[in-house]
Amino acid sequence: MNASDILTPKGLIAAAVILLLAVMPVLTTIADQAFYLDIATRILILAIAAVSLNLILGYGGMVSFGHAAFIGIGAYAVGIPIYYDEYSGWLHFPLAIAVSALYALITGAISLRTKGVHFIMITMAFSQMVFFLFISLEEYGGDDGLLIWSDSEFVDGVDVDDPTTFYYLCFISLMGALFLVHRIVNSRFGRVIRGSMSNDKRMKALGYPTYGYKLTAYVISGAICGYAGALMGNFTNFISPEMMGWTRSGELIFMVVLGGSGSVMGPIYGVLSFLLLEEFLPDFMDLFSKDAGIYWHLPFGIILVLVVLFVRGGINGLLDRWNR
Amino acid sequence: MTMLLEIRDLQKSFGGVHATKNVSLDVLEGEVHAVIGPNGAGKTTLISQLCGEQFPDSGRVRFAGKDITRASGPARAHMGIARSFQITTVFQDMTLLENVSVSVQAHDGHSFRFWADAGRDAALNAKAMTFLEEVGLQEKAHVLSREVSHGEHRQLEIAMALATEPKMLLLDEPMAGMGTEESQRMIEILKRFKGQKTMLLVEHDMDAVFALADRISVLVYGELIATDTPAAIRDNEAVRQAYLGEEAA
Repeated sequence: MNASDILTPKGLIAAAVILLLAVMPVLTTIADQAFYLDIATRILILAIAAVSLNLILGYGGMVSFGHAAFIGIGAYAVGIPIYYDEYSGWLHFPLAIAVSALYALITGAISLRTKGVHFIMITMAFSQMVFFLFISLEEYGGDDGLLIWSDSEFVDGVDVDDPTTFYYLCFISLMGALFLVHRIVNSRFGRVIRGSMSNDKRMKALGYPTYGYKLTAYVISGAICGYAGALMGNFTNFISPEMMGWTRSGELIFMVVLGGSGSVMGPIYGVLSFLLLEEFLPDFMDLFSKDAGIYWHLPFGIILVLVVLFVRGGINGLLDRWNR
Repeated sequence: MTMLLEIRDLQKSFGGVHATKNVSLDVLEGEVHAVIGPNGAGKTTLISQLCGEQFPDSGRVRFAGKDITRASGPARAHMGIARSFQITTVFQDMTLLENVSVSVQAHDGHSFRFWADAGRDAALNAKAMTFLEEVGLQEKAHVLSREVSHGEHRQLEIAMALATEPKMLLLDEPMAGMGTEESQRMIEILKRFKGQKTMLLVEHDMDAVFALADRISVLVYGELIATDTPAAIRDNEAVRQAYLGEEAA
């Protein structure tokens, strides 16, 4: 991206969205609406997860239907140590990343032997295994979930329990994840995974053993998503296996596709519009008719279907057209 | 001349269909060796066994003195076999330069490099450009692959194969789907490498075959019925009957 790319409608919107996210705590403080900071924080965390999924889905053609498992693993990597009175964030976050990466390595090694629908099904099956594993762990609450009564502790004087501090931790993390993925997809490595998405047969004929590259991308993606999970564990104070159910994985895919897979900003637009619609569509509908809001899923679904059907490249693709 | 590719007693069946029957064939270093045959003669099956997409039921393939019968596709590519595909197989959403650059990168060490922008790798781009020039596509270097013509896709395929700096080119119907003018251009391009690069050319276009080949092998129903010089193949009675005769009739 050069300077001239920013001075287009698309670039300006991207800059505006990031700027808006950067000053969100100021705005919510002025408006005295702490609740909205909550929504914004959730948007940031899910955006990190969506960015990680976009790396393999949008650039590598690997449709993982089990990415919510990484969020769950990351969250439990915070919750379980705290259950044993281990409060150090220096333990929680590396643990979340390491366990997620290991889980990605093992499941990816098997899943990537398949393609297409089979890959989708097998990643979903693995995530359901993790889901049921945590349900069966009575010690950690089973399907009742686990209360996290404290947050990760990093250094004295920095309290991630404070909503604004935590918001900025999430914001910086998202920017870091975006930059990381941006570098990766444009690197030599990124070319290999983009090439194998575009034409795996040709990549093999050129001499690339694509399996190892795809597996590496899968592990990186899982590790980033596990990190997002650790943030989620700190954010919610209550975690349960429900957060890694397959419907959650489906929502993540939807966010990526809605925003525009295979583009840097796409996942952020996707999460943003998905969560904002989810939050405000019911209220909006209530304006027209009392209690209409309880049917908000219907227009929500219709909007999603329309975007997928008619806007190639999602919201980001829409902005691309405007550019021309 | 030394033997570069040595195929011995190759057999491959799919269910009841005997697609490759006892094929033995040598490709000498530096020659252009054409394989011709009517539709369904098993040409593509033969090619796919040579580049590691399928494995033979029995028989051996040796390349540059090494047994490669069971080697994987990527391993063969690294030993110096480059192929072009019958159906255009390029990266549609990359520019022509990027397409060739990915090919150069394949033979420039491993690609577990995550940080530096490959698009700004001057050495990679410069090298890719020389191969685009060799097939005359340098002016379209920055055009997206999906926006160029079919003939240009075929030329790009050649550039991508050359970019891996192979010992041998396996060309699977490089003229497929081309008009006369485009075919003529392709023949000119391939002629430039004649004598420098060993080529195994599978082709339907007889003008191209007789213009390029040093030797021709004729495959009919999975079986090799003759290997000889173009002139001798033209006069070969069995070939005429089995193959050329079909077209005349």
